[in-house]
Parts: sequence; C-alpha cells; structure tokens
Amino acid sequence: MTVESEHRNHTLVVTVENKAGVLARVASLFARRAFNIKSLAVAPTDDEGLSRISIVVDGASAPLEQVVNQLNKLINVVHIQDLQPGHAVERELMLVTVTVEPDHRDDIVEKLDRAGGKVMSVGIDAMMLSLVGAPDRIDAFEDFLRPYGILDLQRTGRVALANLDEPID
Amino acid sequence: MKLDGGQALIRSLELEGVEVMFGLPGGAILPVYDPIIDSSIRHILVRHEQGAGHMAEGYAHATGRPGVAMVTSGPAATNIVTPLCDAYLDSVPMVVITGQVPTGSIGTDAFQECDTTGMTSGITKHNFLVTEAQDIPRTIKEAFHIATTGRPGPVLVDIPKDIVDPRSPNSAMEWSDDVEMDLPGYQPDTSVDPAAIQAAVALMQAAERPVLYIGGGILKARAAEVLRELAELTGFHVVTTLMARGAFPDSHELCLGMPGMHGNFTAVTAMQESDLLIALGSRFDDRVTGRLDGFAVDAKIIHVDIDPAELGKVRRPDVAIQGDCRVAIEAMVELLRVQGVGEADRHAWRSRISGWQERFPLTYEPSVPGEALKPQFVIEKLRDATPDDTIVASGVGQHQMWASQYWTFDHPYTWINSGGLGTMGFSIPAAIGAKAGCPDKTVWAIDGDGCFQMTAQELVTATVENIPIKVALLNNSYLGMVRQWQDMFYDERHSEVFLSKDVPDYKGWAEAMGCFALRVDDPDEVEDAIAQANEVNDRPVVIDFRTEAREKVYPMVASGTTNSDLLVHPSQEDQPR
Ligand SMILES: Cc1ncc(C[n+]2csc(CCOP(=O)(O)OP(=O)(O)O)c2C)c(N)n1
Ligand SMILES: [Mg+2]
Repeated sequence: MTVESEHRNHTLVVTVENKAGVLARVASLFARRAFNIKSLAVAPTDDEGLSRISIVVDGASAPLEQVVNQLNKLINVVHIQDLQPGHAVERELMLVTVTVEPDHRDDIVEKLDRAGGKVMSVGIDAMMLSLVGAPDRIDAFEDFLRPYGILDLQRTGRVALANLDEPID
Repeated sequence: MKLDGGQALIRSLELEGVEVMFGLPGGAILPVYDPIIDSSIRHILVRHEQGAGHMAEGYAHATGRPGVAMVTSGPAATNIVTPLCDAYLDSVPMVVITGQVPTGSIGTDAFQECDTTGMTSGITKHNFLVTEAQDIPRTIKEAFHIATTGRPGPVLVDIPKDIVDPRSPNSAMEWSDDVEMDLPGYQPDTSVDPAAIQAAVALMQAAERPVLYIGGGILKARAAEVLRELAELTGFHVVTTLMARGAFPDSHELCLGMPGMHGNFTAVTAMQESDLLIALGSRFDDRVTGRLDGFAVDAKIIHVDIDPAELGKVRRPDVAIQGDCRVAIEAMVELLRVQGVGEADRHAWRSRISGWQERFPLTYEPSVPGEALKPQFVIEKLRDATPDDTIVASGVGQHQMWASQYWTFDHPYTWINSGGLGTMGFSIPAAIGAKAGCPDKTVWAIDGDGCFQMTAQELVTATVENIPIKVALLNNSYLGMVRQWQDMFYDERHSEVFLSKDVPDYKGWAEAMGCFALRVDDPDEVEDAIAQANEVNDRPVVIDFRTEAREKVYPMVASGTTNSDLLVHPSQEDQPR
C-alpha cells in the first residue's frame, strides 16, 4: 500500500444496534452502491445493545459523504464517526508463522522486540509471531519477513479511535 | 389482556387507523386471516400479490395515508417484491406484512420458505423479522412510523407462523395499550437551517433566470399550497417532474409543465438555460437531467430535500437545505415577504419563455376519420369529458408520457404513476387502490396493451369487490415505447415488440371479468364511448381504443445526449430555438 493511498483512507466507526442481520445490511449497502470496503472489524461495545463496526474506505474511490449519508439511512445505524486520515490512532493485529533457520532467529526476534511484537510459539524451523501496530508498520514488518518465507498469516481488520488533543502516537 | 400474536397484529393495524388492506392468504399467514373476519378493516382479496402491492401504493398516493398489503411466505413474498421496489424508488409510504415459516424452521429450506428480509433489504426503507409474539405491537408501530415519516417508503414486516398461530404456545402474548418504539438510529430531522434559507433567498433575489424544479417530495410534504404562494410571490416559473404532476396547477400561467426525457420544450429548455434551479423535493434523476455534464451548466442550485443523501448525490448544490419541503418553503416565503424578491431584471427571461411556448407547444398530427386513433387525441377527449379532480393512474410506456403531457393536472394527488421503477402493469391495481381510498372520485387508468396484459386480472378484483374504476386502453398492438427506440435508434428494425392485432379480444376479456366494455376504432366514436363509460358506475369499465402504432412521443432527449439536443416534433424542426 502506497503512502498516498493510505492518506486517502478514512475509517468509519459505525455504531449499530446489536441485532441479527445488521452487518449484512451494512455490507450489502456497500455492495449495492459499489463502495469498496478495505478493511472491516466488528466487535461488541460496553453497551450490550450496541456493536461497533470499523470500516476502512478509500475516500477517493467512493464519495465519502455519500457513503456516510447512505449508511445513516440504515435504521439500525445509530452513529457514524468519520476518522480522517492522520487524526486517529489506528491499529491492526498480525499473526504470522514464518520459516526461520535457527541461526536467523536472533535477527527476527530482535527486530520483533523493537517493533513491540511477541513470539507466540516456536517450532523446529518455524516461529509464530504476533504484532500490534499501525497498519503501515504492520505492512513494513510483513515485507521484512517475506524473504524468510511466510507459511501462514492473518491480519485483523483495522480498529481506530479519534486522537485526543495531544496525540501520543 | 391475553391475546395471540395474530389478534395482536390485526389490533395493532386497527390502532394505526388502517381502514383498507389488500392481500391474499396462504399457509404461513393463515392464522392472521382468522381475526380479520372480526376486524373493522376492509380486506380486499386480490388475484395476484403484485396487485396487492400496487393497490397499496395507489391508495397511498391518492390518500396520503400508508397503504397496507398482507401476503403469505415464499412465492407470495417474491410476488410482492416489484411493488416494494416501486414504492422504494417513488418514496411511497407502505407497510407490507408477509408470512414466514415457523421460527424453528427458518433456515431449513422449509416449504415456502424464502429469505424475505434478506431479499428485500435493498428495496425497503426498513424491514423486520419478528421472532416473538410479544414484539408484534411495537414492530407494527415502528413500521408505520418509519414508512410515514422522514422520506416515506415501504417497510416490510415478516411474521413467522408460530408467533401468530393460537395452536402454538409461541403465539401467547400480553396485550398492552402503550407500547414504546425503540428506534435509537432513526430520528428524521424536518427542521431547516435558517442560515441556509437566508442564503437561498439571497440567490433567489439575484437570479435573472430562475426556475422552480418541483419533484414528488412536494406532494409527500403536503406542500402544494405553499409552493403556489412561493411561485406567485416571486413570479418564478415552475416545472413539475413526472412524480410531481399536479403539485402545481398546469393551467397556472407560471406552470411550464413536465421537464425531462419527454418533457415539453419550454420546461426542458427553461431549466437548461436557467441561472438558478430551485430544486424542491426533486432528485436530479437521469430522466430529468439528460447527460449530466451538459445539464443546466450555468445554473446555481438550491436543493431542498428531507433526505440528506440526496443533497450532492448527483449535482453539487450551492445551497443545500436538509429538511421538510413545506417547512423550508414557508421559511422562504416569510423571508421573501420581508426582504422582497430582489431587483433582478427578469423581463428578457419571461419573453424568452413565452417565445418558446409559442414556437414549441406539444403537438401531433390530428386523428383522421377512418384511420386509427391518435393516442393524444383520445387523452384530450378523455381529459375534457371528466371532472377536473379525476384521478389518473397510468401504466408505463408511450401512453404514460402522453397522459402526463396532455392531461391538465390542476390538483395535487390526481396523478399516480410508476416513475422511478417504471413498472409495466402498475396502472390497473394502482387505480383500484386509489378508488378504494377515494370512492367518491372518478378514477381512470390510462393503460397500454402491453401493460394491461400484465395485471388485467385485477379487474376481477375490482368487479367482485365493487371498486368501479375505468380503464382507457391505448391499444397500439405494440410494446410501443420499445418500438419507438427501435424506430429511432435501430433503423426501424423491430425486434419482439409486436404483440398482436386481434388477440386478445380485450372487449370480450373485460366482459368476462365483469366489466362494461367497448371497442373504439374511429375518431368519431371517441366522445360517445367516453360518455357511455361515464354513465356506468356499478362496475369497472374498459374502453379498447385502437391507436396508431407509428406515433412517437415528442419531444425526446435521446439517451446519452444533453437536454440542449432535445428532438422536437418533425413539424417544429425548423423553428429557431
Ligand atoms: C415490467 C416491465 N418490463 C419491461 C419494461 C420495458 N418497457 C418499458 S415501456 C414498454 C412497452 C409498454 O408497452 P405498452 O404497455 O403497450 O405501452 P405503449 O408504450 O405501447 O404505450 C416496455 C416493454 C418495463 N418498463 N417494465
Ligand atoms: Mg402498446
């Protein structure tokens, strides 16, 4: 993912009623209006009547205002927060299993430590790692691992919260 | 009080003020049909569920109250999909109740199971699958609230059999007279922003070539009267889209009639040349704008709509006003009264408009005795021989465009048609629904022969239920509108558009359905036939008017072209524009 395209990405944090079929309504609205979803994460909130859907959309590929307006028309959508690029803390989790000859292990573990990741499991010639970070950091780490040989990889959808007045990140 | 879910459902409908509903029973909805016997609600038994849906729409268009239809699961639910989508695109308030297989069988491909809420989620304003009998009253209340407030639309309520069947323990519920709605995500906002009104008024005061571009939203907002005030106060000309015919009187001197693909020259051109379009409850539909990049290029836009998603969806407004059209227009009128309508010189504009009106009236070659009828002639005769508050419901095709062009709509809620979806077969059931809601009004369906064959069976419903509508069938033996495109854009190569010259025998068919029927071939017989039809009020009437198949709808904006390239009637081609 290039830097420019990352800058066009908006994260919509959509608070919805926690009812059967709501995710399907949201997803089918995106499909019908030809809006592309880049990443999706769904989770409960502290209010058991509500769930939160974090949707990353490319603000250039779809008129964002239309996306938001159409989403707002869904009766089960309670609130939408549009997190502008650069004005939110965004995180993804990556779990990855990578082939590593024993003599390369130290390189990887050192790099992983610096990135704040963890070794989850170690096999004879493979390791499973986890890393939480901003999406571009995760991308970079994935690129670093690729030459070693990625056996399996999963990334979560992106979750985000708006910056406080004084961002730490 | 203990009730079963079926009783609670009917009682909830009664509480919503439902007087008439349209439907057809079947297995899954069967338990709800029992309490109907004891209800004050009049149930009209249709012959096809599509008919029930369009009847509910016609009822809603004519009365302003939500139409209600009830059908069973599976094939009945699929049959009512077309009216749901029709009502969605034309913002018609409607509540449709469908039966569903018992809760325990959902997801098992049970007999007549279909994923009704999944199937209709994109074509309803909202839908519900109710799983507990106790939730029925609240859901019905929410359904009516959603259907009728904000931008109106269809709402579907899917009811599994076990929660309404007294033989199932799941149907037991405790009735309570006060139920609270629970719609945290639905707060339609009808208020308008005064600053936006002020900005709009400033544009209006400065405009030299203003046009009020009126859409169906004006009718939904019950804003016809205040619109007239605004027009008369400002002296601005008015165009009424296909969905808004009647929202402003056609015989008013400021009315320019219908714009769009088959709009009249003056309405289309006035919009095209305007410097300010005041869009009130209209949505810049492609049938109105023609090719978008060439649409009204010099015009600033004021756009008022209750649905924020319409603002900027197609054309970016200079002033966007989200809110109820009536509230917005009232606020504009109030401000304009105080501040005046501006010093802009609109004389030149007015004389350009009257020049267009003189040079480019709607026109056709007259009917010649002994030859096939001109459809426009039939509509003019019908218009002149019916009360001026007659409700006209049309099908989709050439006859629809001629009806919209040649009728004089001087009252709101007298024109009912399928605009957004363009649903052939709409007119007969919609006319029945309108007549059921307004029994004292004359209701004419203006239909095409192709359309007639899609929903004519509902004339049986009309006869049996004693709903005496009248049908003017403009029978050109063709799918005329498609033929017109083949004539104009496919070198007159006709592919699958010829129906038949003599099959069916419409007069015989109509009589078999219990109607009074006539066939008219000669222009000299038209007036007499209409007079005879007007005399019959104890059953439906069908007149089979044999019309000229080669006739084309003019003017026309060919698809892919701009409104400036409007094709006019051949006799007007040499007129200076
Ligand atoms: C359900 C449906 N099918 C197909 C069409 C496409 N269509 C639009 S107008 C038309 C012809 C209508 O024929 P008829 O009712 O005879 O009216 P006419 O144009 O001849 O006046 C067709 C096929 C449609 N609008 N709706
Ligand atoms: Mg025809």
